Amino acid sequence: MKFRGTVTIWLKEGIFDPQGAAVKGSLETMGFREVEKVRIGKSIVISLEAQGVEEAGKMLEEMAGKLLANPVTEAYRIDVEEEKAGADR
Amino acid sequence: MRFGVVVFPGSNCDTDAYHAIKDVAGVQCEHVWHTTTDLSGFDAIVLPGGFSYGDYLRCGALARFSPVMESLYGFVEKGRLVIGICNGFQVLLEAGLLPGAMLANDVLEFRCQWVNLKVENNKTPFTLLYDPGEVIRFPIAHGEGNYYAEPDVLDELERTGRVVLRYVDGSGRPTREANPNGAARNIAGIINEKGNVLGLMPHPERCAESILGGEDGRRVFLSMIKSLESGALASR
Amino acid sequence: MTGIPETASWREMGLKDKEYELIKERLGREPNYTELGMFAVLWSEHCAYKHSKHLLRTLPTKGARVLVGPGENAGVVDIGDNLACAFKIESHNHPSAVEPYQGAATGIGGIVRDILAMGARPVVLLDSLRFGPPDDPRSRFLFGGVVSGIAGYGNCLGIPTVGGEVFFARPYALNPLVNVFCGGIMKHEDLHKGQAYGVGNVVMVVGHSTGRDGIHGCTFASDVLDEDSESKRPNVQVGDPFMEKLLIEACLEMMARGAVVGIQDMGAAGITSSCAETAARAGTGLVIDVGKVPMREEGMNAYEVMLSESQERMLLIVSPQKVHEVKSIGAKWGLNVAEIGRVTDSGKLQVFHDGVEEASIPVSLLAMGSPEYTPEAREPEYLRETRELDSGSVRAPEFPEMKDILLKLLGSPNIASKEPIFRQYDHMVRTDTVEGPGQGAAVVRVKGTKKGLVFTTDCNGRLVYLNPKGGAAWAVTEAALNVAVTGAKPLAITNCLNFGSPENPEIYWQLKEAVQGMAEACQALDTPVTGGNVSLYNETEGEAVYPTPIVGMLGLCEDIEKRITPGFKRSGDVVAVLGKVWGDTRSLSGSEYLEVVHGMVAGDPREPDLNLARGIIEVLTEGARDGLFGSAQDLSEGGLLVALAESCIHAEDGATGCVVSPKALGCGGREDVRADAMLFGESNTAVVVSFPEDVDEQVAALCRRHGVPLSVIGRVDESVVAVETCGGQRVLEVPIAEIAGAYARGLETALKR
Repeated sequence: MKFRGTVTIWLKEGIFDPQGAAVKGSLETMGFREVEKVRIGKSIVISLEAQGVEEAGKMLEEMAGKLLANPVTEAYRIDVEEEKAGADR
Repeated sequence: MRFGVVVFPGSNCDTDAYHAIKDVAGVQCEHVWHTTTDLSGFDAIVLPGGFSYGDYLRCGALARFSPVMESLYGFVEKGRLVIGICNGFQVLLEAGLLPGAMLANDVLEFRCQWVNLKVENNKTPFTLLYDPGEVIRFPIAHGEGNYYAEPDVLDELERTGRVVLRYVDGSGRPTREANPNGAARNIAGIINEKGNVLGLMPHPERCAESILGGEDGRRVFLSMIKSLESGALASR
Repeated sequence: MTGIPETASWREMGLKDKEYELIKERLGREPNYTELGMFAVLWSEHCAYKHSKHLLRTLPTKGARVLVGPGENAGVVDIGDNLACAFKIESHNHPSAVEPYQGAATGIGGIVRDILAMGARPVVLLDSLRFGPPDDPRSRFLFGGVVSGIAGYGNCLGIPTVGGEVFFARPYALNPLVNVFCGGIMKHEDLHKGQAYGVGNVVMVVGHSTGRDGIHGCTFASDVLDEDSESKRPNVQVGDPFMEKLLIEACLEMMARGAVVGIQDMGAAGITSSCAETAARAGTGLVIDVGKVPMREEGMNAYEVMLSESQERMLLIVSPQKVHEVKSIGAKWGLNVAEIGRVTDSGKLQVFHDGVEEASIPVSLLAMGSPEYTPEAREPEYLRETRELDSGSVRAPEFPEMKDILLKLLGSPNIASKEPIFRQYDHMVRTDTVEGPGQGAAVVRVKGTKKGLVFTTDCNGRLVYLNPKGGAAWAVTEAALNVAVTGAKPLAITNCLNFGSPENPEIYWQLKEAVQGMAEACQALDTPVTGGNVSLYNETEGEAVYPTPIVGMLGLCEDIEKRITPGFKRSGDVVAVLGKVWGDTRSLSGSEYLEVVHGMVAGDPREPDLNLARGIIEVLTEGARDGLFGSAQDLSEGGLLVALAESCIHAEDGATGCVVSPKALGCGGREDVRADAMLFGESNTAVVVSFPEDVDEQVAALCRRHGVPLSVIGRVDESVVAVETCGGQRVLEVPIAEIAGAYARGLETALKR
């Protein structure tokens, strides 16, 4: 079965995110006073072959822990879904 | 005595380090391709600056999985000298050979400029030719040199003299203005517990000759040579 | 299919009706769809120089040191010691106007590959940028994007960005100019060319795979920008500097092993142009199988593969025995290397896909057959108005106002320090940058020799606008003086002609005049043109950019230890002017002072005195050899007083100020002289130098020998810039701290406004 994993990575709570702060400032200047916090991160989409959701999740967890995120500064979240045949990106 | 300068795909200060060591400091030096697994012929290894693997994902994150890194752990274990400059420092952090991590510069821009540094510890194989507390000038050139570590890690580094270089102003004070990238406690360079692995963001190889505007960096390489001559070489 | 409308015709591809008729006639049949696309790109203005070729032929291109002139990927000039320098400038204006980051980044990628294609290792980059006013939000956006694009791409390559210039003016607001210069060094025997010699040799492509990006990029670059331009965004390609770095190293290794017969960048018009040009230069033909080109996307047809402008690809011509070696070097660097065809003697570019012939066109027709146009030229209406500038129309300020004027000029973004820009560029990598950005020209050492290469880019579009012929001559002259003030000898230039639509007779007149002015100056200063690029149609809704013929110059410093720098060296040194400072109303024409202080872009700028410039260059190079000069700085934007201020800003410790009296400039009793023009006037063929008093006889003799007027105007002294009248009365005094502050903060302040 084909799965699509999305690994979302952002700076850990407590680590200053200057990009996020800059964007927050701009949003406020634009009039979005409601904005309380902006954190900027990245999202990595991985298509992979696995027996089931669980196995796919386990593999993605290992990838994220070993390479995709830096445990010193970054936190991450993994979402997995089955990839529908023929669906493009 | 042989130095090796590792070449990762995307390294771009490899020839500069090679020039500073071979032509300026005057010792044997070779380029070491990133797939090399045997480092036994070398006394010191340089991980040079640049954009290994394009700095894609995170600076240094992909380079640390190069075959040469596997043998580097053993090399470090044997007590031989490793210096990581700029991108090389980032690789050492990613590889866990030094503690902490790099964040993007707080100014959110790449910075190429001269900075003042204070030699906080001159009892290392990399700094023994500097005076204690000496203020020196090196260039920096990086987009991610904002050093980060947990407060207890920082405290430990400070307590054990492992903060080797700090960004300071002209009179040696670690001010906010003197910090070009937001690095925690103005840290520019740190060393491992054993004292044989140095990582630093500034570029000693760019200031090893007076025609380039300064020669403070030469003593980093001369210190390494001197310390190898006096000790490490004998224990090989 | 992506990117091709079903109803595509030659018109939509950018061909004119008569061009289509010509293709039919010369081909003897209707071209098919793929062939039409190939013609459209190669016959675009960007590739074929239809409106400029006949003008470019009038430029001097020969010289004793020129090893390769125009027509190849880049010019190559002998620098002695069996070494040569390949260099070229190129525009990436249109892509940068639409997507500034990627536009600028891929501009760097392209020019670097041009230098690589000559067999040289690229060693320096310079950027010549033009934007609208910094308080205009769109211009600020473009500026930010372009600068970070240059940084993002150039820094990764490990090629230092050592210089360039930035100029802000309203006419560039909708059409920014992004011209990128690259220089490379090689041994003479390493020279390679983009020529497909040797029937039976293998055509290979190395680097990135080919996708659908950038199809018809050069037809886009040959059109005016309009509201639809935003929607043409898919034309802009995405750069991958990491891939480019690997490509540089791999290609240099392949060439060093003697494995490459011919090599060419795949820039504009991708595989089509690189195949057609290499075959045309060698008088051969090529047969290509597009199915063998590594592709990034599925289902690409011949049209798309032939026209793709995917970045970071090179075309190689390789003898069959060397194919294996080329492949293994490619593999070492992790690159795609594919055999895509052969060299033939057919004189045709034949394209096959799945065994079906998709195109068959004589390469000479494709690469050199496009028509040339000599449109109508008419002197622009506006000149009648701008030429009127009499002394009555410019209020003469009193001396007490001069301090503020000087600080205002130093803080003007066109004069102020560009450090906020260049600190984002790695300008030190390769450890050869001896004099980096922030000065007139960059000086780069050549390891293993005593020599230095000197690089600069120059052009004041405002002067060219007011006097196209004189302004273009100024671009060459200023570049030459920028080189000469380092003590180096100007060797050759590359140019990038940025203009509006040549179909407008007034614009075409500007182009024609500018090329003439450039030709005369290059002739007089013995700096032949070795190549370059023309970028037309830089206009939006009839508003064209200032005519901007940018000059990129190479100079040679025989002994880098004897170079001259702009900063004063010792207190007590004599300050003098080499050349002539007019000091009259006409010298205010097109000056920064006139625009910034009086809000006027007017006047009829004088042409440079080329004989005098030649003499000044001799004096500086000989003086440098003999170690006479402490400092040298040419007069440009801001005139004499700004030049003096800059020598103070760059001064070494203990030599921070100067006290001058313009009496010696011989303006004492002249009636047309006015103080503001003396201090801030431009288009003066002049350089400010300083030297120790004990060599003043030698300097005077040197100047006499070369017919250069020498006027001692003051001394390096105190920590102020001070001006005294002929009577010795001090009428102006500005502390250096204020001067340095205005200069340092000017650009950032303007960008925040």
